[in-house]
Amino acid sequence: MKGEITEFKLVSGALVILAVATMALVAIPYLILRDVKPPAALKPYTAQQLRGRAIYVKNGCIYCHSQQPRDPSQAPDDTRGWGRPSVAADYAYDSPHQLGTMRTGPDLFNIAVRQPSQDWHLGHLYQPRAYTKGSIMPAFPFLYTEHAGPPAPGEKAIHLPPEYAKPGVSIIATPAAQDLVAYLLSLDHSYPVLTNEEQEQVHD
Amino acid sequence: MTTSVYLLMASFVLSLAGLFVFIASMTRGLFGSAEEGSRVIFDADEENTTEDPAASPTDQARLQAEVREGAPARNVEMSRADLLSRVKADRSSAGPTLLCLSLAVAWLVLGSFAGLTASLKMHWPDWLVAPEWLTFGRIRPAHLNMVIYGWSSLSGVGIALWLIPRLLKTELVGGRYAYAGALVWTLGVFIGVVSILAGYSTGLEWLEFPLFPACFLVVGGALMGVPLILTLRNRKVPHLYVSVWYLGAALIWFPLLYAVANAPGIHFGVEQATMNWWFGHNVLGLWFTPLGLAAAYYFIPKVLGTPIYSYNLSLLGFWSLAFFYSQVGGHHLIGGPVPTWLVTLSIVQSVMMIIPVFAVAVNQHMTVVGHFRALKFSPTLRFIVLGAMMYTLASVQGSIEALRSVNTITHFTHFTIAHAHLGLYGFFAMVMFGSIYFVMPRVIGHEWPYAPLISLHFWLVLGGFAIYFVALTIGGWLQGLAMLDAKKPFMDSVAVTIPYLEARSIGGGMMVLGHLVFACHFFLMIFVRKATQAGPTRFGFPQLGPIAAASAPS
Repeated sequence: MKGEITEFKLVSGALVILAVATMALVAIPYLILRDVKPPAALKPYTAQQLRGRAIYVKNGCIYCHSQQPRDPSQAPDDTRGWGRPSVAADYAYDSPHQLGTMRTGPDLFNIAVRQPSQDWHLGHLYQPRAYTKGSIMPAFPFLYTEHAGPPAPGEKAIHLPPEYAKPGVSIIATPAAQDLVAYLLSLDHSYPVLTNEEQEQVHD
Repeated sequence: MTTSVYLLMASFVLSLAGLFVFIASMTRGLFGSAEEGSRVIFDADEENTTEDPAASPTDQARLQAEVREGAPARNVEMSRADLLSRVKADRSSAGPTLLCLSLAVAWLVLGSFAGLTASLKMHWPDWLVAPEWLTFGRIRPAHLNMVIYGWSSLSGVGIALWLIPRLLKTELVGGRYAYAGALVWTLGVFIGVVSILAGYSTGLEWLEFPLFPACFLVVGGALMGVPLILTLRNRKVPHLYVSVWYLGAALIWFPLLYAVANAPGIHFGVEQATMNWWFGHNVLGLWFTPLGLAAAYYFIPKVLGTPIYSYNLSLLGFWSLAFFYSQVGGHHLIGGPVPTWLVTLSIVQSVMMIIPVFAVAVNQHMTVVGHFRALKFSPTLRFIVLGAMMYTLASVQGSIEALRSVNTITHFTHFTIAHAHLGLYGFFAMVMFGSIYFVMPRVIGHEWPYAPLISLHFWLVLGGFAIYFVALTIGGWLQGLAMLDAKKPFMDSVAVTIPYLEARSIGGGMMVLGHLVFACHFFLMIFVRKATQAGPTRFGFPQLGPIAAASAPS
């Protein structure tokens, strides 16, 4: 029959369409972004920060926290202390990417600027509600160990607010908890960069 | 800014022109006499005969009377040869279909409990926090992967395998590839989910499975597509019905998508993010949507005994769906650090999705219109028509949500979660439930044992989902508004959602109950045979039973 869709037309049509989409959303971004250089002010992660990033990934922090502040013209992210709008170069050392699509909790791209205290983070991860009233962030007790008596030398004990403290018990942050906090404290992207639009103008 | 406007206009015009050139080159007979093609699903004299094996004999008679206004069923004239070949076609797919569907239903139950656990953890943040593997950030992706790769994919493929011999009017060839594929696939999902819970997630949404189980999915998916290719070579019909297009394209697309997305050592930084959402939305648009629409395009006209309203429209719908849907992924990165043209392209294509959605909506509505009372008598139709309506809703909502002004509010909120469930649950799962109710009596050879359980399942999941969707949509919208108001502290955007998150758990709990009812009924049907059953009946007569028995190899 003339004009009949045969197996051959169906398969080739399906492949052509998929190829067009892959070109637009994967191949061209690959070519454009391949040459993006990391900003001079952005330091590569240390070994400890990378271990901490792996803890962040494996426990699915991304399902509640984004890492991509939006432009002030779109949303008041900057006013909330989340930082300037991010650019592609900011992610030069990030693999896997953790841009995120959810803000059940705040954006974390500049959490180190907003909350630079290691003690605060270690306590907050143990019991978020001890620090933020009404928080629905899960507690992560499995990143800590507990024992009676004072902490042994070399152990990193956490200090909770009085109403949450356990008298006579030491709560010790595991190396995993300390690594995770080291990663969070590396999230500082407050250095200046060319915005996406400025970069486009430079290229034009 | 002006550059964006030019880009917007250019991609708009280009995509429209491209689509029409493409369709014209694919089928010059597009607006010719394609209507014959829509009758491929009926045998001689079978049109005007309603069919729903899931309905009781009384309801089957009522269905026929309702749709055909008292005209008697024409099946008495259906020739013995046609009936026999139908039985043979059904019998050839029974084994692979039963395997896929059984595995799918098991994943549905497991995935539902994981989902409910994640939902409860959202408002009980200190519940079950000690076991590492149950932390929210692991149980939530475990839920997603179980319901999409376990339940949705396997049920979709199970129904596809059953449809293929019916649509090509021949026996399924290469069923053993489907058995092998389904087992490899399930093993992959199992290893993948255990990996996520054990802390080996890749950290990419929708692609959490590590490379090892991901390979199982590529191989398993490709194996499950083999019977389609082999059966096509044996086909006894001159025309490929529109459902075959959807199935064929989907079974080609998925292994390619998944393989590219999981290719090790290629993707980086922001490019990885664009790839992530290229995949994330294509797995919906080029895998689940075609599987669901293929089923809807077969079962709605089949149950009603009426060809679909406009066959040409369904053909236009197919190509425009493939073209536009495959490019919408960038709308997940609006406001993000990605090139402007990419986001603009995706927004344009998201809005263009109105064309294929309109094609499906008009078609299904005009086919059912005037017969809405048939939904009362046909459980299959009840689920599938509802599912098709929610497809329209979900898609129109998606187009609107992609607009920058709306996206600014809804992005990063629970609104998106509600939208995702409207598509994957309201549309896809509902269509699958209906299809399974139709198919199983033909697969097993006897009827569903407890008809009231079908109604119970329907009302539990419908009620539960209504609560789920409405609560989360409102909660997400309020969350978005609170976050945009710089004068409100961030914690206000959390506090405002709490009652809606609790309501979502109640709705979700009802859905889980409904799934338990469905799963019990499903497995009871396989293992318990009531004494009164005489094989699948047509129109109140145990007609296929004796013929099936006569054709059985002795």
